[in-house]
Amino acid sequence: MEIKDFINHFADQFDETDKSEFNPETEFKTLDEWSSLIALSVIAMVDEEYSVKLKGEDIRNSNTISDLYNVIASK
Amino acid sequence: MDAYIKAISYYLPDKKLTNEDLNVEFPEWSVEKVASKIGVSERSITGENEFASDMAINAANKLFLEYKINPEEIDFIMLCTQSPDYFLPTTACIIQDKLNIPTSAGAIDFNLGCSGFVYGLSIAKGLIFGGIAKNILLLTSETYSKFMHPKDKGNRTIFGDAAAATLISTNGFAKIENFSLGTDGKGAENLMVKTGGMRFRSAVNKTSIDENENIISPDHLFMNGSEIFNFTLEFVPLLVEDTLLKNNTLKDDIDLFVFHQANKYMLNFLRKKIKIDEEKFYISLEKTGNTVSSTIPIALKDALDKKIIKENYKVLLAGFGVGYSWGGNILEF
Repeated sequence: MEIKDFINHFADQFDETDKSEFNPETEFKTLDEWSSLIALSVIAMVDEEYSVKLKGEDIRNSNTISDLYNVIASK
Repeated sequence: MDAYIKAISYYLPDKKLTNEDLNVEFPEWSVEKVASKIGVSERSITGENEFASDMAINAANKLFLEYKINPEEIDFIMLCTQSPDYFLPTTACIIQDKLNIPTSAGAIDFNLGCSGFVYGLSIAKGLIFGGIAKNILLLTSETYSKFMHPKDKGNRTIFGDAAAATLISTNGFAKIENFSLGTDGKGAENLMVKTGGMRFRSAVNKTSIDENENIISPDHLFMNGSEIFNFTLEFVPLLVEDTLLKNNTLKDDIDLFVFHQANKYMLNFLRKKIKIDEEKFYISLEKTGNTVSSTIPIALKDALDKKIIKENYKVLLAGFGVGYSWGGNILEF
């Protein structure tokens, strides 16, 4: 698993936010488009792509995309 | 001996809540986008003076009329609701009187949400097999709208009010096969109305805002979306597998899958995960929203009316949600 791929998958969950806005340091919850429904898409994507069960609190406790990546890598 | 579904009807309240209505209330929010993802354009909402018993009675009267059933034939009433008229008496007792069902009939309420219809079928089958009753009126009726915080845009977009009436008998059009049931109370707090019962009798009148800017209130319906989503991802595939196993049936032998209509987004994700063909997977919530225990009977009725369910069809039902509680069953048409 590479963070570059993860960022691409992560960005795919958004419809309006430009791809260039996503990098390891992006604080994703501050993005205008972020919502509870996108949180579900991220959980679904992580289940599908990485067979990892991401919990709501994992998202709650992560600020940047790289934080979230590290949580998944550790599972 | 066998148990069958003999009749299904449902009732939707007159008052509608459209995406446009929600857009007026929450102009800063992309209602259209969210609603299209969850697959709901309209929900029916009970009026101020319309309650679970009223909707259940309307659904039952529709059933009696449509299938020419005499209320005198009913010997057992079961009402599945989490929003009863009163703590006591049992709402099903009030319904017995209002529907002119004989006083010799049994009547119970049971408190389950999205798994309620499948559980109701299982209890009804038990009553028939036990020689206790022959014509069981299974009512599902839920007024979740009355549990909602007015500012809870997420849940107000998802849920609608409705009631369904199903007659289970010793003959009918769909044979009720074997069940798979399950429970995990560890998930209790993820879908909850915390106050109002005996443990927390008084409202606390305190709200907070979560990290996704949704309002959280212990006096109203609370749903932890991500935890509920994870629960379904983990348990629903196992529920389908176990239901097939209990019926000695293969997935390919199922003609139609009718899941609890939670929301389109989640249903499609589950469908892909379980590897069910799109044409064998029924989705029907656009005009009703998630009506909790009534989604499965409403979907069955619509699929029958549209002739999507044909003779000899094997239909797998799966209900799952609040509790956590889940149940699966196969119907043979």
